[in-house]
Amino acid sequence: MSILPPSQKIWWKEPIHGIEMMWIILALIWCLVLFLWMPYWHVYGKQNLSNESYKTSPEQFEAKANTMAKAYTVRTDAKSNTPVVHPPAGSDVYMLGRLWQWWPILELEKNKTYRLHLSSLDWQHGFSLQPTNINLQILPGYETVVTITPDQSGEFAVVCNEYCGVGHHTMLGKIYVK
Amino acid sequence: MAAKMFRQCPDSGLFFHKSAESLMKAHAVLGVVYLLVGGFLGLLVALTRMPSLHLLSAEDFYLALSIHGTAILIFWIIFFEMAVLYFAASTLLRCRPATPAFGWLGFLLMVIGSTLVMVAFFRGNSSVMFTSYVPMPAEPIFYLGLILFAVGALIGCFIFLGTLVIAKQEKTYDGSVPLVTFGALTAAIIAIFTIASGAVILIPTWLWSLGFINHIDPLMYRTVWWALGHSSQQINVAAHVSIWYAIAAILFGARPMSEKVSRTAFLLYILFLQLASAHHILADPGVSSTWKVFNTSYAMYLAVLASMVHGLTVPGCIEVAQRKKGFNNGLFEWLKKAPWANPVFSGMFIAMIIFGFIGGITGVVMGTEQINLIIHNTIFVPGHFHATVAVGTTLTFMAITYFLIPVLFRRELIWPTACKWQPYIFGGGMLILSLFLLGAGTLGVPRRHWDINFSDALLQFQFAGTAITMLGIAGFGGFLAAVGGALFCLIAVGSLVFGKRLDPGASLFSSFGFPMASSCYNVERPGKLGLAPVEQTGDGGVQAKGTFVLALVFLASFVVYFFINAKYLSSIWPMG
Ligand code: HEM
Ligand SMILES: [Cu+2]
Ligand SMILES: [Cu+2]
Repeated sequence: MSILPPSQKIWWKEPIHGIEMMWIILALIWCLVLFLWMPYWHVYGKQNLSNESYKTSPEQFEAKANTMAKAYTVRTDAKSNTPVVHPPAGSDVYMLGRLWQWWPILELEKNKTYRLHLSSLDWQHGFSLQPTNINLQILPGYETVVTITPDQSGEFAVVCNEYCGVGHHTMLGKIYVK
Repeated sequence: MAAKMFRQCPDSGLFFHKSAESLMKAHAVLGVVYLLVGGFLGLLVALTRMPSLHLLSAEDFYLALSIHGTAILIFWIIFFEMAVLYFAASTLLRCRPATPAFGWLGFLLMVIGSTLVMVAFFRGNSSVMFTSYVPMPAEPIFYLGLILFAVGALIGCFIFLGTLVIAKQEKTYDGSVPLVTFGALTAAIIAIFTIASGAVILIPTWLWSLGFINHIDPLMYRTVWWALGHSSQQINVAAHVSIWYAIAAILFGARPMSEKVSRTAFLLYILFLQLASAHHILADPGVSSTWKVFNTSYAMYLAVLASMVHGLTVPGCIEVAQRKKGFNNGLFEWLKKAPWANPVFSGMFIAMIIFGFIGGITGVVMGTEQINLIIHNTIFVPGHFHATVAVGTTLTFMAITYFLIPVLFRRELIWPTACKWQPYIFGGGMLILSLFLLGAGTLGVPRRHWDINFSDALLQFQFAGTAITMLGIAGFGGFLAAVGGALFCLIAVGSLVFGKRLDPGASLFSSFGFPMASSCYNVERPGKLGLAPVEQTGDGGVQAKGTFVLALVFLASFVVYFFINAKYLSSIWPMG
């Protein structure tokens, strides 16, 4: 009875059930596979989390994004009045989150690799690239750098998936891949 | 002569100490109040996320969601857990509670704290979700309320430990503490760690909200906050697994298959508790992959192993007990002949299956460093934890309540037909809710989001039609779950007020925390709690074969689901 003291005072010397032992071994093997899969994927997998990030400040980060936008804006999205920026293939590209937009709109080339810098100017935001479904936490004061290679062309949305106040659900960004 | 403070329940044989009994009742009743509040708002939230209904306005939705998470995850669960701690120490060990006056102080702090948080919410400037990530600010009384609530709970934990010490000194039991008390002890130890982490982060944040500190680093906040947020889930697991063992013992007379294995598994929860709760910050900048990989698993996922062990030994011990009673045909006669119409059993068993198969598997999969990339902050996450905490923990607490109402409150349950069906309605609704939130999350739908059609946004995006349909079905499941939850609250409160008195000394007041008539307490000191009877020899043939088959099915589902997600991960843009 689990609600009574064990019937054997020296319960820690009792033998273990065969079935229990078998299950413990099977479960432990699976737990080890689960662990080993992570380093394995770091070596052989193509989708990994970035290890590159820097401390920054909203002013610094905004200035970098502005510089890129000034140099490479190709047109302006009329409805949202947001610049559409086409930076050179393979370059460092910036996208900032603030209440409540992802800025600017990026235009990337398919199968080219970019260093995408992300940060927030105010509260926490969630970078959720749809429909490919890549999700990253974006924190103010931290600059995340992910090396991405868009391998599909089309129009992608950046949804904010970290609650950031009453306009959270209006916070959308765009990435076009040509 | 010392006063007579104990009564023995004639139905269960359990001894209740007057003060511990009142404390248990008061905590449990307050818990149900918060379940009612939180559950109602959960319904409104689910109906808002149903695209065809879209019930609340944006502002009300974020407020409702903040209250839902806080009232139900923190207040309902922790109030009830305090009752469980008093039960596991005082009642199971037949011991007087240590310093009951402090118990009431703790209770009072929890009441004041939770009320302050509610006031903060209803003032409208604290819709920050229960996680209150900085630098989004809430009102100072929000943080203060949480701190007071936590101090109250901390007092409860220390009284639990104190009661164990008294029981040992006064030799109220023979041998070692029962497994259930041992499980509750692990829960209490984890709770103390949890609350300490909470203090480390919430006190500075409170000072920040008052203007005494000018910056709280968001990454530091998330790292320490999740030492609170994650460990508190491990308290829930330790508490509800203990109750599973208790119910198996109460209904079937089941003994643990092996004390050593079950106790070691509880110990693993403490030893492999993720101190910084890495799996919540897998998608964050500023922490390295090495740190994430190591801390999310400690190289071997031994806390997961522990749950997998309990997942075998709880049904396993029921199977062994049932087979001894003669339900020995085939693999599953023991299960078929289980008391499925008794909500104490059905609630516990449904909780266990959904906790393991859905909550457990999805939790480990999304806690894998790279797979988290396709899941972080999607509505997959609420899909996962409704299976763990809304079914696993909440339904288990509901199941034990059906046992406690006659035994602790001395009231007969009203409305037997509703009692019989309630676990199925709640569990079934939650199952639908969880599965379809998981599905929608797999398609990228964000959590905590008012409008995935983005009708007020300047840019446009359309989620797949299937995602919208799945949210609709999830809303239906949520409705069903809310009906089940409401039914539970009705039955519980109804029985406390109108249920037939099983003891003439049980009054209306005694249902809500006052002692029963003093004539009920007629035992000065219960007899010493003896060892469990020794197992008869010659039953080596009794084995948990059926449970082992279930466990293998579980393992196969786990493996398949893991690799499906790994495959999905390999289809997204290459990145690093
Ligand atoms: C009455 C039945 C319930 C319904 C219909 C329901 C529905 C929901 C839904 C749809 C969400 C996700 C909202 C979103 O992210 O946009 C949610 C969030 C949540 N639910 Fe429930 N739920 C119920 C019961 C419970 C229970 C019993 C618990 C725990 C004991 C619980 C804990 C939570 C938590 C912690 C959140 C997250 C809040 C946040 O993101 O801050 N729910 N609920
Ligand atoms: Cu947001
Ligand atoms: Cu966690």
